[in-house]
Amino acid sequence: MIENFLMIYQALPYLFKGSLITIELVGGALFLGLIIGIPMAVGQAYGNRNIATLISFYVWIFRGLPVLVLLLLFYFGLFTLIKINLPAFTAAILVLGLRSAAYQSQIFRGSIQSLGEGQMLAARSLGMSKLQTIWNIMLPQALRISIPGWSNEYSILLKDSAVTYAIGVMEILTRGNFISTRTYKPMPIFLTCAIIFLILTYGGVKLLTLLEKKVRIPGYGFERR
Amino acid sequence: MIEFSFINHILLPPLLKGVWITIKIIILSAPAGLVLGILIAVGRVYGNRIISFLCTAYTTFFRGTPLLVQLFILYYGLPSVGIFFSPFTAAAIGFILCSGAYHSEYIRGAIQSIKKGQMMAAEALGMNKFKAILYIILPQALRRAIPGCSNEITSLVQYSSLAYMVTCIELTGAGKIIANRYFKYTEVFLVIGIIYLLMVSVVTKFLDMLEKKLKIPGLG
Amino acid sequence: MPEEKKIILQVEDICKKYGKEEVLKGISFEVRKGDTKVIIGPSGTGKSTLLRCINQLTIPDKGKVWLEGEEVTHSKKSINQFRQKIGMVFQDFNLFDHLTALKNIEIGLIKVKGIKKEEAKKKAIEELRQVGLEQQANLYPAQLSGGQKQRVSIARALAMDPSVMLFDEPTSALDPELIGEVLEVIKMLAIKGMTMVLVTHEMGFARSVANEIIFMEEGKILESGPPYKLFNNPKYERTKKFLKKITELYGESDEKND
Repeated sequence: MIENFLMIYQALPYLFKGSLITIELVGGALFLGLIIGIPMAVGQAYGNRNIATLISFYVWIFRGLPVLVLLLLFYFGLFTLIKINLPAFTAAILVLGLRSAAYQSQIFRGSIQSLGEGQMLAARSLGMSKLQTIWNIMLPQALRISIPGWSNEYSILLKDSAVTYAIGVMEILTRGNFISTRTYKPMPIFLTCAIIFLILTYGGVKLLTLLEKKVRIPGYGFERR
Repeated sequence: MIEFSFINHILLPPLLKGVWITIKIIILSAPAGLVLGILIAVGRVYGNRIISFLCTAYTTFFRGTPLLVQLFILYYGLPSVGIFFSPFTAAAIGFILCSGAYHSEYIRGAIQSIKKGQMMAAEALGMNKFKAILYIILPQALRRAIPGCSNEITSLVQYSSLAYMVTCIELTGAGKIIANRYFKYTEVFLVIGIIYLLMVSVVTKFLDMLEKKLKIPGLG
Repeated sequence: MPEEKKIILQVEDICKKYGKEEVLKGISFEVRKGDTKVIIGPSGTGKSTLLRCINQLTIPDKGKVWLEGEEVTHSKKSINQFRQKIGMVFQDFNLFDHLTALKNIEIGLIKVKGIKKEEAKKKAIEELRQVGLEQQANLYPAQLSGGQKQRVSIARALAMDPSVMLFDEPTSALDPELIGEVLEVIKMLAIKGMTMVLVTHEMGFARSVANEIIFMEEGKILESGPPYKLFNNPKYERTKKFLKKITELYGESDEKND
């Protein structure tokens, strides 16, 4: 029993490095998803019919395909097809990011649409252009409202990051598997991996809840019932 | 570049075998996960301290850890303590346990959104807690939970692909084997992708029809 | 002189605290067969809590309740058996939203009393007819008006053949034009001889149906007596003040004053 704990103790630094990889993966994918997702949301909410349809199609594909299939398709298939030799880590961020963009765009679109027309009308009547209104009026509010949904997206991405094991990214689970094949003690190692994920998941969500509290506008949310 | 004869003669047969395994997984795990979710949600809301705590611990673990880690524990970890599951069984158990946790959260939210008066009226008529939950609370809560639970079931259709990672040769696994042998990754995974999109669409349509059938004016 | 009527409900020294706040400070009264007792008083005096203590939806901290001679409060029998004989009508109706009007009435009969479906349906339709709503049998609560919902909920309680009916501000959540239809039904019950305890603000109605009015204030019964006495010659100044204010606010009903 003690030897189990000893082994885990010795494995921790190695797993810790894996945690850093995981965090970078998730952070990168979230960021990519954010900068693609917001314009997509704006496009769907305010763009013309063609743009909206195109975006819907993208969303349908990237939400409809399993993460594993997307990773395998891109890493083994598409990238070799266009002769790009991306390391697994970069490919993973790209794929996860593109998928996250699809989900995030829907979160933001929902928030934007829940704000209603009134504010847009008021801003336009003051003389603001559509773009100005979106940037200065709609987005600041929509982004705040989106934080709970976004926090959910974080926890989903964190768990999906483990699937990058399939293309060899050296994140937590891959490293855990590596150790277990050497020590022949899969149970304690995988449980440790699980605990590390638990900490990252709930720790991250806690942080995001704190963020939500910090940026909250007093009295907001009363009318939207 | 895309050779249709390859697709029809070499690729499709094993893929269809894989699809059949995927379908079996889904038909088994989706309802079971939902039922488990109902039990856990009821246990958490109405159970005593111990039961409620256990249900919360269960949900915390299965929602806070990746499905893949859970599958690895079930298939690679348990043998070291003497429990051996076949790949299919390990995958199915993993999916049931994991989706059960997600279902239970949707259902719990729905139960807690039911007005207290419903339980009071049921008890005032003389129903005990069990009857009140079964005949009054759950019929309403489950209807409210349909969007969330439908979401979880379509999600399960996609995550079934992870069964391949514990050597259960479902659709994705079958495809990878062929792709490895013939080095035709793009074609294979495009076809697989299309099949998954089809499956997701079918399941979504089915669940939408179910929701329409169960609709009650004024509920939800 | 008619023989003394049987005591249906007896309530003794009911006390209830919520945190530091003492909501009920020792309430005692008795209700005989055919009585209509109306409880009035300022908001927050625990009137609703009192009713819920009678059928133990809220457990009192102290005190006893007897139903037809049997003690409810510390009984070995399951409370559910007593609840079948105590009918309760809520301010918010609390109809089961997923069931039609008819099924709302049937479900208690089928699942609690164990009556067969055919019989239950017959009885349920009859109860709906009594409150004038058989046309609405297959409508869902969301499709009914407030007054209709409350009448269904009265029918639902009556279908269980209770020995006593408790009404917790049955018309307070209704739009003014819908109040009358519900009061009609309650009046009909009183005429038929149902034993009732009613919490209400409808003073005119109270005067015309009650045979005793109980005025509660700050968790205690301040005074009680027949309507003519309480309205015309109350013992306490506070009673007089409250009655005056309430009558101004809610107006008299169209009944003749006695």
